[in-house]
Amino acid sequence: MLPSIWTLVGQAGTFLVFIWAVMKFVWPPLTQAMEERRQKIAEGLAHSEQAEQALDRAQAEAEEVLRGARRKAGEIIEQASARSNQIVEEARQSAVAERDRQVAAAEAEIRLATNQAREALRERLAELAVAGAGQVIEKEIDAKAHRELLDKLSAQL
Amino acid sequence: MESNPVLTEGATQASVCEMPTADAYVVHHITNLRLPKGSDPMDPFVLHLDTMIVSWVLGLFFLFFLMMAARRATAGEPGKLQNFVEMLVDFVDNTVKESFHGPRNFVGPLALTIFGVVFLWNLMDLVPVDYVPYAVCKLGFANYFRIVPSADINAPFGLSVTVLGLIIIYGIKGKGLGGYGKELFTHPFGANPLLWIPNLILNVVELIAKTVSLAMRLFGNLYAAELIFVLIALLPWWIQFVPGGAWAIFHILVVPLQAFLFMTLTIVYLSLAYEKH
Repeated sequence: MLPSIWTLVGQAGTFLVFIWAVMKFVWPPLTQAMEERRQKIAEGLAHSEQAEQALDRAQAEAEEVLRGARRKAGEIIEQASARSNQIVEEARQSAVAERDRQVAAAEAEIRLATNQAREALRERLAELAVAGAGQVIEKEIDAKAHRELLDKLSAQL
Repeated sequence: MESNPVLTEGATQASVCEMPTADAYVVHHITNLRLPKGSDPMDPFVLHLDTMIVSWVLGLFFLFFLMMAARRATAGEPGKLQNFVEMLVDFVDNTVKESFHGPRNFVGPLALTIFGVVFLWNLMDLVPVDYVPYAVCKLGFANYFRIVPSADINAPFGLSVTVLGLIIIYGIKGKGLGGYGKELFTHPFGANPLLWIPNLILNVVELIAKTVSLAMRLFGNLYAAELIFVLIALLPWWIQFVPGGAWAIFHILVVPLQAFLFMTLTIVYLSLAYEKH
């Protein structure tokens, strides 16, 4: 409780020294670091907002691309199915044509064979008829002499 | 909370460190270690060595603590120490920002120093009252040793006189030499030449009142608290923890509060001096 001038003066001096030291070595680095961190955080927040917007944009774009791709795929499938129908139709038509052709060919062959058989039969019949007539008249007919007659006969059959 | 070797075990040991009566005990605990030795108690031209030593040790501890944090301060993720110190700096800076609307590159450190130093001074009051004086005496260094600088009136006055000087400097800085001088003569009553002298007297009284109230508020609180701790230490040892504990818990509130008040009032005074009305 007693007064002490030198203590008072000493305390004032000590106090000034400490203020000076705090002002010189403590306050600036700390406030600077805090300010820098504040700016960093502000920047980070701004970046994250930008990134969010970019993400939104990218998502919208992706959706657009996807929708286009789906539309395109639908078109391709439609085209393919039309083409396949066309191919089937063509194949069917060519098969029908082939069948008709083969049937016609077979029919022509059959007709030819029939005609040949008929021709052979006619000749055979003519021979038979001549042989029969020869036997009937019991006289050998000169084949050469009657050739013309026989041919005329076989043509009439 | 308060150990009292002097009155408990001390009764059997005869030594200069033990006080035979309650009177002597109390007086011993409120007497500073004065240099030069044996000087007249009323002689003001002496040094309280204990106050100086304790406040230097505490101040250096405070500075070391802050500088450690400041040296490794990064804008990246702060460590625990940096986090704590930043919280303190931020708190002080905000308090300054609220009242003082000028550059803070000096007022900020000033406020931080006041808060830290006064807080540590006051904290010494929570050290049991007998530990340090008894140890210092037993080790043969000195018969007296008070460890609460804020309970020695010269330390709070050392701060508040510095603050007085800063108030005047900031008045001149904020308003110019002429502006501040004019305010001293024309404020608060008016610019009539007849009122110059009363204005000046009132302003001088106001400045002195600011200085005295700043110092006395801190000193009174801490001196009273210390005295009560000393009185509690006179009780029988088995009951001391009840009032001692209660008073110490209450004191936990007083310690930062007084530091905060000293800081805030200093800022307010500087802001009043600095800003134009």
